[in-house]
Amino acid sequence: MSEIRALIVDDSSVMRKIVERALRQAGLDALVVHEAGTGAEGLELLKAKPVDLILSDINMPAMDGLEFLRQIRAQNLAQGVPVVMITTESSEEHVKQAILAGAQGYIRKPFTAEQVKERVLPLVRVA
Amino acid sequence: MAVSLRESVERVSDPRNLDAGVEEVFRLMLGIECRREAGPGVVERESVTAVVGFGGLLSGACVFRSGAHTALKIAAQMTGMEFDVIDDTVKDGIGEICNMLAGAWKGKVPELAANCGLSVPAVITGRDYNLHVQAPEFQLHHGYRFGEEVFEVTIVCDGLQ
Repeated sequence: MSEIRALIVDDSSVMRKIVERALRQAGLDALVVHEAGTGAEGLELLKAKPVDLILSDINMPAMDGLEFLRQIRAQNLAQGVPVVMITTESSEEHVKQAILAGAQGYIRKPFTAEQVKERVLPLVRVA
Repeated sequence: MAVSLRESVERVSDPRNLDAGVEEVFRLMLGIECRREAGPGVVERESVTAVVGFGGLLSGACVFRSGAHTALKIAAQMTGMEFDVIDDTVKDGIGEICNMLAGAWKGKVPELAANCGLSVPAVITGRDYNLHVQAPEFQLHHGYRFGEEVFEVTIVCDGLQ
């Protein structure tokens, strides 16, 4: 598989590392990771760097993940790039809100590398 | 029809939901099997406490507390790194554990999952302190063990609509 450039957005640096590790364990060996601790930082990164995949938390201060996703769409950033939400919010309503905001996938914390593989790899291959 | 959790208080406060959530988080994220254990709980003078608030139809908090040594081990298991002191990365990791425990617990009751939000975690470190909460609707306070390490998880509900 060719190089995959992923943007991981989470206010926890530990969680960003855990997500990166899960992506590599899922088989994305040629992975280049960009990290953002806030939605605003994520938007600035997207304006500067092309990515193939975006993974974002929902519960973040200032700009939550759903607003981050809406801003991506509103600012025409990362067009066609799949977005997967990774979050502790587990209700069907939260999943629905994420999909309506434009997410292609949803992973609930806690998660396994296998779950990341199942939810993320098909999106990357399609892209 | 408006959702009310007050009529479901027994289901919401079922202690098995907390045990299931703790087991799930530790097994999936840390690869650790832990078990609930009665006993003195955290006895280390230096401890780490993380708090995640609940808001919505249920207001309250999820509190994770462990001794410093246990927190270092948990952070090491999460990150694959070794830690000698409670630094910002350890605190971040413990905050995330509490975040996931809060989410896993509230996810056990669908009405709770849909109608109760989580705050960002707050982490407190120090010696010889205790947490007091006045007049909760209900409180679950459980101790757990993995290997030689113990930790406590508390769900405090001070309001239920």
